[in-house]
Amino acid sequence: MIEFKQLHKSYPIGKKDSLHVLKGLNLKINEGEFVSIMGSSGSGKSTLLNIVGLLDTHDEGEYILNGQTIEKLDEKKAAILRNKFLGFVFQSFNLIAYKNALENVALPLYYKGIGRKERQEIALKYLDKVGLKNWATHLPNELSGGQKQRVAIARALVTNPKVVLADEPTGALDSTTTDNVMDLLKDINDEGMTVFVITHEEEVAKQTDRIVRLKDGIIISDEITEAGKLKGKYV
Amino acid sequence: MFDLDRWQEIFQTLSKNKLRTALSGFTIAFAILLFTLLFGIGNGLKNTFSEQFAGDSQNSVYIRSGKTTKPYKGLQSGRSIQFKNDDSKFINTKFEDEIQFFSPNVERFNVLAVYKGEQNRYQVRGVYPDYQPLESAVVEQGRFLTYLDLEKKAKVLAIGRLVEKDLFGNFSGLGKNINLDGISYKVVGVFSDPGGDSDERMIYTPFSTAQGMYRDNDELDRFGLTYNPNLSVDESLVFTNLLTKMLKEKHNVDPRDQGAIRVQNYAEGTKNVEQFMGVLNVIILFIGIGTLIAGIIGISNIMVYIVKERTKELGIRKALGATPSSIIGMIMVESIFVTALAGYAGLTIGMFTLKALGTSLEDYFIKDPTVETYVVVGATIVLIIAGTIAGYIPAKRAARIKPIDALNDK
Repeated sequence: MIEFKQLHKSYPIGKKDSLHVLKGLNLKINEGEFVSIMGSSGSGKSTLLNIVGLLDTHDEGEYILNGQTIEKLDEKKAAILRNKFLGFVFQSFNLIAYKNALENVALPLYYKGIGRKERQEIALKYLDKVGLKNWATHLPNELSGGQKQRVAIARALVTNPKVVLADEPTGALDSTTTDNVMDLLKDINDEGMTVFVITHEEEVAKQTDRIVRLKDGIIISDEITEAGKLKGKYV
Repeated sequence: MFDLDRWQEIFQTLSKNKLRTALSGFTIAFAILLFTLLFGIGNGLKNTFSEQFAGDSQNSVYIRSGKTTKPYKGLQSGRSIQFKNDDSKFINTKFEDEIQFFSPNVERFNVLAVYKGEQNRYQVRGVYPDYQPLESAVVEQGRFLTYLDLEKKAKVLAIGRLVEKDLFGNFSGLGKNINLDGISYKVVGVFSDPGGDSDERMIYTPFSTAQGMYRDNDELDRFGLTYNPNLSVDESLVFTNLLTKMLKEKHNVDPRDQGAIRVQNYAEGTKNVEQFMGVLNVIILFIGIGTLIAGIIGISNIMVYIVKERTKELGIRKALGATPSSIIGMIMVESIFVTALAGYAGLTIGMFTLKALGTSLEDYFIKDPTVETYVVVGATIVLIIAGTIAGYIPAKRAARIKPIDALNDK
């Protein structure tokens, strides 16, 4: 589903210097996997997520998403691919403040070109899935942090993407809600969705099936967790 | 652009962000309102001035006589100067090239005019047929006086529109006989005059008729003439100065005597009025453009602020699959929609206010303050275009910004 070959990324600093963030990553994630990327800040994990999420471009190497080599993407193509293949869950939820829960969930469908009525139906179905059907008409500031993140997850799922990318999805939540959100992500994965989580919390990473550890732009370990072994996906 | 979904999205954004919408709408509406009012009031001032000076032909000259104020060549001061028929001939022969229309006048004030039961007092003026263009009089019915009338000393009259109204009510006075001081005259024409009511309460009769009736011999009261329109204002002043000098010589008047012979050339006044109107036009234009620029700057600021405020939202939309062109399109359509609507509102309010003001400001020299529709619509379009450009530049930047940077924009 996701594959890197010798992936490099640098950011320019000032006029001459540049910061080499990703130093030749090789990684292959298959369909239906539940993977976490771990690393301290500055390890390059956010950069990696941005590249996977087509929010940023890589400099060198190859990135293959759903069998398609990603290169020389213009903004428009990237936008279409994001809409089609990827669902995002952010640490700070990133819901649109003046839209209610249902409208937030329905927004990706608008950009997909789906009609209003159908949008509402699909969005309501996904809100129901995350247990917030009764909160459909509430604005984000009327929801708790956990509820907001569940709305965001519903929004990430609504286009039925290939991969859900979660950037510190529990970073702004307490431990109980963290567990709820992780359970939700697990359920989604059990239904066959590829889930890609970025975190610096060991507790969160442990609940995924596979942990890839990054340090200074290189992968230092790639291991199957106890949970992953139990599922028997990796034989 | 005419996608229903897109409009629903835009209406939602606008109605959910009322302050923002109201702020940008208000800027535009206010700019257009001010523009309309200022332009209207400026036009009102212009109307007043052009009307004040529209009465007579703009190249007209009037010559009157009075009493001498200085002794000259052994003659005492206080002597009355009396124009006679030979003065007419004198002026006409000396200044054949400079003069376009010429008419000596005999004037009689407070003449009682009677038609059947109706009667009133008017000024009667004996003139040449050439007097009509001098007054810019327009014949409404019948004809003006002719040279044949003049030759035959015909007892005919051309009466002003208001004289007809006074004496004949709603009926036509043409062909009827009016009694002036006991003598019957036939009305051959009715005229209107842009000079206003007093000029329309005038009765004209052939010069020869009036002279025979009111003067013992060949005396007359004054001359009216228009100079050749090919002369410039300065040339016309040279002409009237020379004319004054020669008339003073002929009547043995001190060249410095201001009272005995007075020549009034409207050209100078016309020139001043035209200059004043020119300045007024420039001021109005300046104020109008200034208001527009203030409006443009206002809407530009607001658009920059709006896009800045929405950076994060735009980032979210991009992450969810909005293409750059859809982001630009959304901001632009919103901006055009708000400015067009608000501009129209400001225009309507402005036009209505001007209409409501109507005649109430006439005491302040503002008459009929209106603005040509195309001017206001043009101004509104300019503001819409400015709002569009002002929205486009930050929208384009926002669309180019990486979604990840926008999302990190806390």
